[in-house]
Amino acid sequence: MMPYLPHTEQDRNDILAEIGINSVSELYSDIPEEILLEDKLKLNDSLSELDIKKKMKELSDQNHDLTEYISFLGAGVYDHYIPSVVNHIISRSEFYTAYTPYQAEISQGYLQAIFEFQTMISELTGLQVANASVYDGASAAAEAALMSTSINRNRKQIVVSRSVNPESRKVIKTYCQAADLELVEVPLCDGKTNKQELADVVDEGTAGVIIQNPNFFGLLEDLSELSRPIKKAGAVFITAADPVALGLLEAPGNLGADIVVGEGQSLGNPQNFGGPHFGFFAVAEQYMRRLPGRVIGETEDKSGNRGFVMTLQTREQHIRRARATSNICSNQALNALAATVYLSLLGKKGLQTVAELSTKKAHYTAQKIEKLTDFKMTFSGPFFKEFAVSTKKDKTELNDYLHENNYLGGFDLQKEYPELQNSILLAVTEKRTIEEIEKLVSLLEAVK
Amino acid sequence: MSKENQLIFEKSREGKKGCSLPEDELSTMEIETLIPEKHLRQKEPELPEVSEVEVVRHFTALSHKNYGVDSGFYPLGSCTMKYNPKVNEDAAQYSGFSETHPHQPQKMVQGNLKLLYELEQKLVEITGMGRFSLQPAAGAQGELAGLMIIKKDLKNRGVSDQKTEIIVPDSAHGTNPASATMVGFEVREVESNERGLVDIGQLKELVGEKTAGIMLTNPNTLGLFEEDILKIAEIIHQAGGLLYYDGANLNPIMGKVRPGDMGFDIIHLNLHKTFSTPHGGGGPGSGPVGVTEELARYLPLPLVEKNEQRYVLDNDRPDSIGKVRSFYGNFGILIRAYSYLLAAGAEGLEQAAEDAVLNANYLKEKLKTEYDLPFDRICKHEFVLSGSRQKEQGVSTADIAKRLLDFHIHPPTMYFPLIVDEAIMVEPTETESKETLDHFVEVMNQISREAQTNPQKAQNAPHNMVVGRLDETEAARSPKLRWHPEQ
Amino acid sequence: MEVKEDLYYSRNHEWVKTDDDRAYIGITDEAQDQLGDIVFVELPQKGDRFNQSEEIGVVESVKAVSEVYTPVSGTVVDINEELLDSPELLNDQPYESWIISLELTDDSELDNLLSAAEYKSYCEGAQ
Repeated sequence: MMPYLPHTEQDRNDILAEIGINSVSELYSDIPEEILLEDKLKLNDSLSELDIKKKMKELSDQNHDLTEYISFLGAGVYDHYIPSVVNHIISRSEFYTAYTPYQAEISQGYLQAIFEFQTMISELTGLQVANASVYDGASAAAEAALMSTSINRNRKQIVVSRSVNPESRKVIKTYCQAADLELVEVPLCDGKTNKQELADVVDEGTAGVIIQNPNFFGLLEDLSELSRPIKKAGAVFITAADPVALGLLEAPGNLGADIVVGEGQSLGNPQNFGGPHFGFFAVAEQYMRRLPGRVIGETEDKSGNRGFVMTLQTREQHIRRARATSNICSNQALNALAATVYLSLLGKKGLQTVAELSTKKAHYTAQKIEKLTDFKMTFSGPFFKEFAVSTKKDKTELNDYLHENNYLGGFDLQKEYPELQNSILLAVTEKRTIEEIEKLVSLLEAVK
Repeated sequence: MSKENQLIFEKSREGKKGCSLPEDELSTMEIETLIPEKHLRQKEPELPEVSEVEVVRHFTALSHKNYGVDSGFYPLGSCTMKYNPKVNEDAAQYSGFSETHPHQPQKMVQGNLKLLYELEQKLVEITGMGRFSLQPAAGAQGELAGLMIIKKDLKNRGVSDQKTEIIVPDSAHGTNPASATMVGFEVREVESNERGLVDIGQLKELVGEKTAGIMLTNPNTLGLFEEDILKIAEIIHQAGGLLYYDGANLNPIMGKVRPGDMGFDIIHLNLHKTFSTPHGGGGPGSGPVGVTEELARYLPLPLVEKNEQRYVLDNDRPDSIGKVRSFYGNFGILIRAYSYLLAAGAEGLEQAAEDAVLNANYLKEKLKTEYDLPFDRICKHEFVLSGSRQKEQGVSTADIAKRLLDFHIHPPTMYFPLIVDEAIMVEPTETESKETLDHFVEVMNQISREAQTNPQKAQNAPHNMVVGRLDETEAARSPKLRWHPEQ
Repeated sequence: MEVKEDLYYSRNHEWVKTDDDRAYIGITDEAQDQLGDIVFVELPQKGDRFNQSEEIGVVESVKAVSEVYTPVSGTVVDINEELLDSPELLNDQPYESWIISLELTDDSELDNLLSAAEYKSYCEGAQ
C-alpha cells in the first residue's frame, strides 16, 4: 500500500467512533445502491517506490531523448540552455506544492516572483501590463483573439497569418469555432504575411489580427508596416513573439502591437514533450480590465510595508461567473517562475547574447547548407534562429540518416504546408557548436 | 525600504552576470549584417543584472515567504491539496521524458506514447467513461473542451440553434458558467434545496427544448453527494441534453462509484487534485476530458492508438473539435499522475477515497459545536461551515482566515460556495494524520472562543507573517502591476 | 442607510434626479453599502442611447461587481469623469455622485419608479 496515507487501522476505528458510525460503508450510504461498484477497479497492484522507479525508468528508456542527440529541431519548442540554478529554485517545495496565492500574507514569495515576472514580460514586449501567464503560447493567441472581440464588441472576424505557428493556428481555430467567430487566414508571400492580401481582408468587421514575429519559418515580419491597415480598420493588433528574440529585436509594443503573446518555454523550461510550458500575455494599459487570467499588483499593509496581492479579480470567473473575461483560473506559475529565475540569471546582456549567438549560428548553418549542391534556402528574407531549406534529397532518408548519426534534423514543413513539399525547418540555438554544425552539414551532404 | 522586500530589479548593478554562456565562436560575424537595423531593439529591456549567488539567495528568500503542502496543513476546499509524492517528481525529471521534443518522430518517443496510452486506460477504468483526451492544461480548459464537444454534438444532431442553454447549480464553481459563456451558451441557474442538493422540482421547470445540458459536480461543492443523480440524468437525457461532470471532487468516490455509471456523458478530471500532482503555485495542472464511446469522435486531436506493438498518434479524426492546446497537454504532469497510479493501484485509490471522507467527517463533527453547520449530515471529502455566529461577534470569515495564518495553517476556502453565508469550506484530504486534524480543531475552536473574548485578535491578524494584512482596495483602485525603474 | 427625498428610485438601487428634460442617475446609499469599497467604475460614452432597464455601466469593489441599469430611457448627455479617478466618491457621497446624465426620451417612465418612502420600505422589506 502506498505510504502517503498516515492512518493506522486504530486511527480509522477511533475516527469512526468519534463520528458515531460503525463502518466506512455508512459514509457511502447516500449513493444509490444500483451504481455502487461491486468489484475492485481493474488497475495494477500497488507498487513499491523502488518498483515505480524501475517501471518509470523503463518507459523513459524507450524514448530517444536529446541528451543522446544533437538537435536542430525547433518549430516552436527550442533547445536553449537552462542554467542549473533554475531547476534548484523551482524544486523548492514551498513553491511547487503551493496553490494559487489566495491568502496573500502567506504567499508573498510567489506573489513577488510573479510581480517580477510581469515586469520582465512588460519590458520584453514593450507593453505596460502583463498577466501572470496562461497555459501555452497557442492558447494565449486564442485568448487574445477572444479578447479582441470584447474590445471590438460587434466584430466577429479574426484574421490570422499563415506564417503563424500551425500548432497555434489550430488552437485559435478551435476557440473561434466555439465562440462563433469567423476565422480568415492570410496567405504567404515568400514565407511572410502577404501584405496586400492582409490589407484586402481586414475591414470594419475585423476584431483582431494575429501576426507572429519571427514567424513560424524564422523570418522577420515587418510589424510597423503590417500594423497600418490593421489600425486603419480599428482592429486589435495581436503579435506572437519568441521571448528570446525579444532580447535582440524591437519590442512589438513599440511597433504598433496592442497585445503581445507568446510561448515562454525557451525561458528556462525543458522541452518536456510539449508541456508544461507557459504562455505570456501583455496588453496596452487601456485594455488592462479585459485581460484574461491572474494579475498581481503591489500594495501595502497598515504599517506601510510593501506587499503583493492578486488584483483586478472582478474580471475573473470566481466573481463574474458567466460574464468573466475568460474561464481561466490558474496560470502556469511554476513555469513562469522558471522564466523569472532564468531572466534574472541572464540579465539584459545575457538574453541579448543568447539571441545573438543563436542568430549567428543559424546564419552560419544556413550559409554552409546553401553551398551544398542539393540544398537551397526556401525563402529569401532576413531570419532569426530558424530557417527553411529545400532539398532534392528524400526527406525521410535524410532524417533517418541523421538519426543514425545521433542528429535530430528539422521539422518537415510539408506536414503543415502541402505546397512546401521539399522543405525542412532547421533551428539553431546557442547550444550548438561550430563542430556540430559542420558535422550536420557534412551529414546532409553525405546522405544519398 | 527594508532590504527584505527588495525586488530583484532593485538589487541590480551594471555589469553583473548570473550565468556563463558559451564563447562566441563567430565573433567576426556582425549582427547588423544579418538583421536589418529596423528590426533591432533600440533600448535594452530593463532586466536585472545580478550574480548567480544573489539570484539563488533572492529566490530562496522568496520561497521562505511562501507556503505549500510540504509546509503544513492546507485544507483548501475544492482544491484537494493532498501530499505530492516525491518519487513522481524524480520520475518526471528522467531525461528520457523531459528531454524529448514534441515533434520528434513517433518511433523515437514510444515510451511517451505508451505512457499516454496507459494513463488514458487507467482514467477510463476509474471513471467508467469511454475515452479521454489528455490535452487540456487545466480543469477549466477541460471544461471548455467538454462544452465544445456538447456544442459540436448538438450541431451534428441539427439542434444547435434550438438547444442554447446550459444549466448550472447555484453552488457550482465559477468556471462552469464562465466556460459555458465562452462557448456561446446561455447559463440558467438551478437552486439548491434545503438539503443542499439540486432542487429537482425547479430543475424540471428549467429543463425544456432549449436545454443543451447540465454541469454538475458530484459530490457537490458542499461536499454532499447528489443522491438524485439518476433522476437528474433521466430528466436531462429525456430532454435531449447531455450531462457534464466537473471532476474537481472525484477524490472521495474513487473505487466506490463512477461518473460513467451515474449517467454522465462528458467529464473533466483535475490530475493536480485527485491524482496528487503538485499545484505548482497555481499551475501547471492538467485537466483531461473524457466522454462516452458515442462522443469519442469529438475529442481533441490527437489520440494515442496501439497498433500491435507500436503506439501511434491518431490525427485522422474528422469530427474532432480540434486542438485546445498545443501538442499533448502538460505531459510532465501526466507522468506524475501515472506514477501516482502505480503507487496507489486499485486498493490504494479506494483507501485514499475512504480516508478523505473519514477525515472530512471527523473534522465536521469536531467543529460543528463552535461553528454553524448549515447542512448537518454525512459529507464526502469536504464540508462547509458558516462563520455567521463569529461574524455577529465582529469576527468575519476573512478574519478567521487571517488568524489561522498565525498558527501556520493555510486557511480553508472562504466565501465559497456563494449559497452559504460566511462560508468556510474545509477539505482535509486523506494525507493528513489524526494529530494534524486534532491540532486544526484546537486552533479553530480557540479562534472561535477569541471571537467572544478578544475579537481584535482576529481582526488585526495576521500577527507574525512577513507582512500584515494587505490593502486590496488600494491595489484595485490604483493598479501597480509592474516595477518601474524611476521608482 | 440614507434615502434622499425628491429623488426617484429603482428596485435595482439606482436613483434618478430630474432637471427639466435632463435626468441624473446614480446608485443609492444601500447599493454602495452592499458593494463595499468601490474601486472601479465603467461608464458609457456620450451620445449612447439606452432604453429603460438597459445596462449603462458597471461598478466594482474588490470582490464584487454590480451592473448599473438606467431606470429611464434616454441619450447620454454627460458622464461623470471624476469617478474614473475617484470611484470612492460613490461610497462617500452616493447622492452627490451622479454617474451619467441623460436627455429623457419619455418622462412618463418616471411614474413607474419608487418614491423615497416607497424605496425605503422596499429596502426594509428586502432585509
